[in-house]
Amino acid sequence: MAASFKETLASGKFIVTSEVGPPKGTNLEKMIHHIALLKDCVAAINLTDHQSSVMRYPSLGAALLVKEQGGEPILQMTCRDRNRLALQADLLFAYSRGIRNVLCLTGDSIVVGDHKEARGVFDLDSSQLLAAIRLLEKGKDLGGNELDGTVSFCAGAIVTPEANPLEPQLIKFEKKIEAGAEFIQTQAIYDLDKFRDFMSYARQFPVKILAGIILLTSAPMARYMNKNVPGVRVPQELIDEMAAAPKGSALGKGIEIAGRMIREIKEERICDGVHIMAIGKEEVVPEILKEAGL
Amino acid sequence: MIRSITRQKSMEEIERLLGDYSRVFIIGCGTCVTLCCTGGLPEVLQMKEKLEVANRLVIGYLVLPVACDEITQEALAVNQSAISEAQVLLIMTCAFGVQTVARRLERAVIPALDTLFIGKERGLGEFHEVCSQCGICIIGETGGICPVTTCHKGLVNGPCGGTREGKCEIDPQKDCAWTLIYQRLENLGKLDLMRRYQGPRNHQVAPRPGVFFVPQEERSI
Ligand code: SF4
Ligand code: SF4
Repeated sequence: MAASFKETLASGKFIVTSEVGPPKGTNLEKMIHHIALLKDCVAAINLTDHQSSVMRYPSLGAALLVKEQGGEPILQMTCRDRNRLALQADLLFAYSRGIRNVLCLTGDSIVVGDHKEARGVFDLDSSQLLAAIRLLEKGKDLGGNELDGTVSFCAGAIVTPEANPLEPQLIKFEKKIEAGAEFIQTQAIYDLDKFRDFMSYARQFPVKILAGIILLTSAPMARYMNKNVPGVRVPQELIDEMAAAPKGSALGKGIEIAGRMIREIKEERICDGVHIMAIGKEEVVPEILKEAGL
Repeated sequence: MIRSITRQKSMEEIERLLGDYSRVFIIGCGTCVTLCCTGGLPEVLQMKEKLEVANRLVIGYLVLPVACDEITQEALAVNQSAISEAQVLLIMTCAFGVQTVARRLERAVIPALDTLFIGKERGLGEFHEVCSQCGICIIGETGGICPVTTCHKGLVNGPCGGTREGKCEIDPQKDCAWTLIYQRLENLGKLDLMRRYQGPRNHQVAPRPGVFFVPQEERSI
C-alpha cells in the first residue's frame, strides 16, 4: 500500500505531484493511460476541475478512477460552478469513496471558457471552502447542522508568487493557511531568484510548498502564456532558449528546462517539492523526472 | 447621480417582438435613457424613422420626463386618444419605465432596450456599476470600494490568482477591485481589515423579490 499524500507531506522527502486533465466526453482511455503512467512515479495526481472554465468530465469522477487504479488523487474543487450545498455534498461523497486530498480553488472566470454565457457561482471563495472543510471535519455543515458521519481531508490551496502586485496575494495566501491549508501548489514559476524571495517569506508558515512547473513546448507557447495566462511570467532568456532549439526538438528542450529547474529546486531545497503540469503532454512526465534525476 | 443603464436591443429583435402589430406608439424618457443615448428624443425620432421604413405605422410618440415616476400616469392620460389607436407601445425606457406603463394601461408593451445595471455617472456618457444592493454592506472594511460588485467574481477575502499588473483577469482595462482595495487600505494604515477572514455571505438578507414597507409609526412623509 502506497503512502497517503498526508504521510508523504510529513515524511520530509522531496515531493513530486503532477496532474491529469479529464476528457471532454466519456472516452476515458487516454486519461486512464495517463493515470497508469503517472501513478507510481508521483506522490499524488491532481484532477483538474473544468480547467480554464472549459466543461469536461468531472474531477470527482476522475479522482475515483485514480483510486481504482491504485493511485493517490488530489481532487481539485473550484468555487465557480457550485454553491455551498453542492460543494459540501461533493466533499461528503468524495470522502465516502476514499478520496482524502482536496485542492481548493476559486476558479477562473466563466468568460474565459467555452460556456461564456453561464452564470458563475462563487458562492464561496477558496479560503471559505477551506474553512468549510475544517468545519465538516468537526461534524458540522455551513448551516450549523450536525452531520451523521464526518470527513477528514488533507486540504491544500494555490498561490501565485509571480502576481503583480504581489502583496494582496500574500495576504490571501496567509488567509488560506489560517483557514486550514496544509499544502500549497504554486502557479507556474520560471524565475527561481524571485521564487527564492517568495520562499524566504513563505517559510515562516506551517505549510508545505510545491513549486508549479509548467512544461514549455515551444517558444510561441511560452509567449502565449505570457500574454494570456494570468500570473505566469516566462523570462526572455527561457523563450530565447526554446526558440534556439533545432526544429523538431523544442519539446525536448522544454523537458530539459523543466528537469533542470526541478533539479535546482531539489538540490537547493528551495521548497518542499514540485507540482508538474504538462498540460496535455502527460506522457513526457517520466522523462522530465529522469532529466531531473528523480 | 445614479442611473439605470440601458442598451438598445437590435432592430431584428425589436421587429421580432413587434410581430404583426402594425400600429405603434413610441415612448421615451427624459432621464437615464436620455443620458445613455438609448431612449431620449433623438433616439425616439430615429426609431420612428426605422419603423416607418419597415412599413409600420407610428401613431405618435412621447418622451416622458421621468418614466418610472407616478406622474407618468397623467402624461399617459393626456395622450390617451393617440395611445388607444395604437396596438402596441414600444417603450424606449429602462425596465422600470416599461413596468410603470404596463401597470397603468391595458395595452401590449414591448421594451426596446435592455436594462443592464444601476450605475453611477462618473463623467459625461460614462457609467459604472458600483453597488449591486446585496443587503449587507461591507465597504466599511474595504476602504469604501465594493468587491461584491466591482470584483468580477464578487470575492470578499482578497484577490484571485488572475490579477495581472493590477488589472482584472477578464479585462486588461478594468482595475482589479482588490488591487484598489489593497492600495486604499494601505494608505489608510488599515491592512489589518483585509487580513480578517470574511465568512460566506448571506445571499438571502432580503429574499427576492425585495419588498419593503416603512412601518406606519416611522413614516415622516
Ligand atoms: S457591499 Fe457592495 S453591493 Fe453590498 S450594499 Fe455595499 S456597496 Fe452595495
Ligand atoms: S482579477 Fe481582481 S477583480 Fe478580477 S476577478 Fe480576480 S480578484 Fe476579482
